[in-house]
Amino acid sequence: AALNDGLRSQVSAALKEGRVAPTELCQRCLALIKSTKFLNAYITVAEETALKQAEESEERYKRGQPLGILDGIPIAVKDNFNTAGIETTCASNMLKGYISPYNATVVQKLLDQGAVLLGKTNLDEFAMGSGSTDGVFGPVRNPWSYSKQYKEKSVPKSHSEDEESNWVITGGSSGGSAAAVSSFTCFAALGSDTGGSTRNPAAHCGVVGLKPTYGLISRHGLIPLVNSMDVPGILTRCVDDAAVLLGSLAGHDPKDSTTIQDDFKPFELPNLTDVSKLSIGIPKEYHAPELSSEILALWSKAADLFKNAGAKVVEVSLPHTPYSIVCYHVLCTAEVASNMARFDGLEYGHRSDVKDSTESMYAATRREGFNDVVRGRILSGNYFLLKQNYEKYFVKAQKVRRLIANDFVKVFRSGVDILLTPTTLSDAAPYTEFIQEDNRTRSAQDDILTQAANMAGLPAISVPTALSERGLPVGLQFIGRSFQEKQLLTVAKWFEKQVQFPVIQLEEVKRHDSDVFQHQKSASFS
Amino acid sequence: VAARGCGGVWRRARQRGAGQPGPGPSPFPRGQRAVACNAKGGAVPAGKSGLAPWVPVVGLEIHAQISSNSKLFSGSQVQFAAPPNSLVSFFDASLPGTLPVLNRRCVEAAVMTGLALNCSINKKSLFDRKHYFYADLPAGYQITQQRVPIAVNGSLSYSLCIDNKMSQMVTKTVRIKQIQLEQDSGKSLHDDTRSQTLVDLNRAGVGLMEVVMEPDMCCGEEAAAAVRELQLILQTLGSSQAVMAEGQLRVDANVSVHHPGEPYGVRTEVKNINSIRFLAKAIDYEIQRQIEELENGGTILNETRAFDSKLGCTVPMRDKEGKQDYRFMPEPNLPPLILYDAKSLPANMNHQQVINIDWIHERLPDLPSVKRKKLVEQYGILPEHSFTLLNEDGLAEFFESVVKETQMKPKKVIGWILKDLLSYLKQHSLTVKESPVSSFLLADLLNLLEKKEISSTAAKQVLAELWKGEVKTPLEIVKEQKLELLQDQKELEQICQAVIDGHENEVIMMVLG
Repeated sequence: AALNDGLRSQVSAALKEGRVAPTELCQRCLALIKSTKFLNAYITVAEETALKQAEESEERYKRGQPLGILDGIPIAVKDNFNTAGIETTCASNMLKGYISPYNATVVQKLLDQGAVLLGKTNLDEFAMGSGSTDGVFGPVRNPWSYSKQYKEKSVPKSHSEDEESNWVITGGSSGGSAAAVSSFTCFAALGSDTGGSTRNPAAHCGVVGLKPTYGLISRHGLIPLVNSMDVPGILTRCVDDAAVLLGSLAGHDPKDSTTIQDDFKPFELPNLTDVSKLSIGIPKEYHAPELSSEILALWSKAADLFKNAGAKVVEVSLPHTPYSIVCYHVLCTAEVASNMARFDGLEYGHRSDVKDSTESMYAATRREGFNDVVRGRILSGNYFLLKQNYEKYFVKAQKVRRLIANDFVKVFRSGVDILLTPTTLSDAAPYTEFIQEDNRTRSAQDDILTQAANMAGLPAISVPTALSERGLPVGLQFIGRSFQEKQLLTVAKWFEKQVQFPVIQLEEVKRHDSDVFQHQKSASFS
Repeated sequence: VAARGCGGVWRRARQRGAGQPGPGPSPFPRGQRAVACNAKGGAVPAGKSGLAPWVPVVGLEIHAQISSNSKLFSGSQVQFAAPPNSLVSFFDASLPGTLPVLNRRCVEAAVMTGLALNCSINKKSLFDRKHYFYADLPAGYQITQQRVPIAVNGSLSYSLCIDNKMSQMVTKTVRIKQIQLEQDSGKSLHDDTRSQTLVDLNRAGVGLMEVVMEPDMCCGEEAAAAVRELQLILQTLGSSQAVMAEGQLRVDANVSVHHPGEPYGVRTEVKNINSIRFLAKAIDYEIQRQIEELENGGTILNETRAFDSKLGCTVPMRDKEGKQDYRFMPEPNLPPLILYDAKSLPANMNHQQVINIDWIHERLPDLPSVKRKKLVEQYGILPEHSFTLLNEDGLAEFFESVVKETQMKPKKVIGWILKDLLSYLKQHSLTVKESPVSSFLLADLLNLLEKKEISSTAAKQVLAELWKGEVKTPLEIVKEQKLELLQDQKELEQICQAVIDGHENEVIMMVLG
């Protein structure tokens, strides 16, 4: 039995049977967080509160009254979700030291179900980026950079240079959460997904990344990037775990008027044996020119997998996909400009010492508080919202967004159940290479395969599929119908089982943690 | 295009300082009394003969604070004069990650108001963000309804008297362009000596109804009468307490002047008006200012001006210089506001979750105009008296309970109510509720008069005693002061005989002629 096999079947069972105690689990994770500090996955580690929560959980297990599957499970939360009493920074100078007085609904739900909150994970400043390289606390390193698989295949340079220049990015903006799950420092993590911010790092870090349907999970307490596209994301080691997390988070929230009115019924995923009734759509527009041949090959291999198993695999067209990026750029920056207006240094966050006038204080506060990426988006967004530009840009972009959403509606109406696409154009780039391009160019490129799902509000999941020639993870994406998460996850689970994605072999970590990880060693670090 | 509902045109010859506020119950003084601020000083020179007359055009934007327990998008309480920042939720302070949740009561208040103002209620309305940086606007934007407001295309009828004569009332109508729901801002208190600004967010996020009136008025008095009528309607509905002094009703006036047959002139917006009386003054001053400016060859700037109630004039507002671009954007955190009527109401919908326009319509209370009509019909009083009755909070009810308790005809009762009660209350700055004489006591007194037990003069004497607030009935006062009219013939003869007997000489003189 391996911890990798899932929360429901393994970890929860182990806790219930007393084979492992919540405090023990928590301490292992905390130790591992320390030994993987170089990954820079966490901004804040809430050691004290985590241990307290674990003790409380332990009491419940002793009384035989655990709160559910998540009781005692160590989790991590992206640092753009409000956590009462624990710093929430958005990786920005603007919110450095900011302690929120309240919990985001998703955080509260996890705590209410006994989960142990280990800490807050790193990201691009205010989730604006696709590399997790542009936060004030520095870039996140992809755990796979230190894996046996990558080291064996990457071109060996001089030995000392190796580690420092060869490490690859996690993708982003939820790179901290993806790295945290991938390096076994937690069992699941929350990310956020506006244009691919959960799925992209999930793909690069070899974990499952789920972006649920817009409105299925409350955004209350998630510091917004683009309100009309933001969705709390779920990062786990397997599809089953994603379903567990979804079940614990989804449903109406009176504090978020955009959530569904109904309650959500958690589900367990069946083991699909027959896919012959399934129709898988392959959108031809996702065959982007920038798509690496390696990923293209994996994509068609995956399509063949379905075909060979008896599923119907059809090529479909989402004709407005090419306009998605430009459209996204306008809508995203406009909302960013608006959402960031509240950071004026008055009520909370950074306040500049410049005191010449209220206006100069605002200006200095915002100049000092935001990085270039954030300021650049605010500038473009305000430009698009100007009276003389509003129709030309914002309204037009909204119309294009509607066309993009309609593309999906048509495809699904034609009988397609699930769309299969790549999640990323290539495997993770080395940091040194990644930063050659600016954030905007990178985001525009990297979001290309993921953000249409946000535009349409559809559920999508990235499932780790295989290792690239360089020994780095590659994920493929499934996009489902609105609120049809069960179908989407069921198919993803079947796929996951077929591809048998390899477990990361973290020699480095293993060496540091040979003692604390005896339990996991055989399973996780084989 | 002549302004609708506008009776007259203004000529420059109109004299400054001529109008004196009449002694009548009308709170709206006529004429210009803003000489003090006239830059040129002194009286306006006589106009050139043959000069085309001016048509002033006045439109109003009125912000009425919704009377509700909690704010428009948060659960914080709404309360006037609470300790600073004691009524602030995380959302009101714009803490990151907080979201707006629409208050049902505020929507109902806006629907009621819309229906009372003959508006069509939009079954689907939208919320927008209006951006500007200001210390008392913590989110950096206000949530309002710019594109599709909750109510549109209404009208408001109001009456005013001509030449200050209550007997000559005319009824006019102003079109209501729209009513929109929006958030109030907080308050900034500037401490100039310490050069700091203190911000109080108690008011931030309180629900407002912005009522936009079309430019159908032509002078301060019309605007004042329209606002007064709106105020009465809001108070009757309970949708706003609409007390101007407490900022629950704020009026901005858009003023321009033009020659008949020509397009409207450039308009100015006059703000900072905190009473109905000042509204009339501010508008009339602004009209006169614009006419003088134009006749002296100047131009009118499209600007915001503040009314200075001490100086009685309008002055340009500095902080609004430079055009603002509010960068309107749909509020993404609020779905469209959907309202239903009996026809569109889905059968399986939870009634807590929907607002039914028809249901609200059926439960609207009698509006002031209906109440007045009923008073006139039921009691045979003059229409202008019905206005006075409704103008004072509780006066109509007072009148009605007096009528109920007395045999005196309502037509006669109204005289006592308006001439005696009301003028006494006004003199002593009392509200009807604070009156030392209850409706029962007044009815008692009027009954004595009606039964001819006392004379009208004696009744006034008794009333004067009653004002003192002593715990005596009118009858007791009459007895104490021997104010009864004599009903006994013999007693009267005896008194007369006694007088005659006591004045023998005078009697003889009279007999002798």
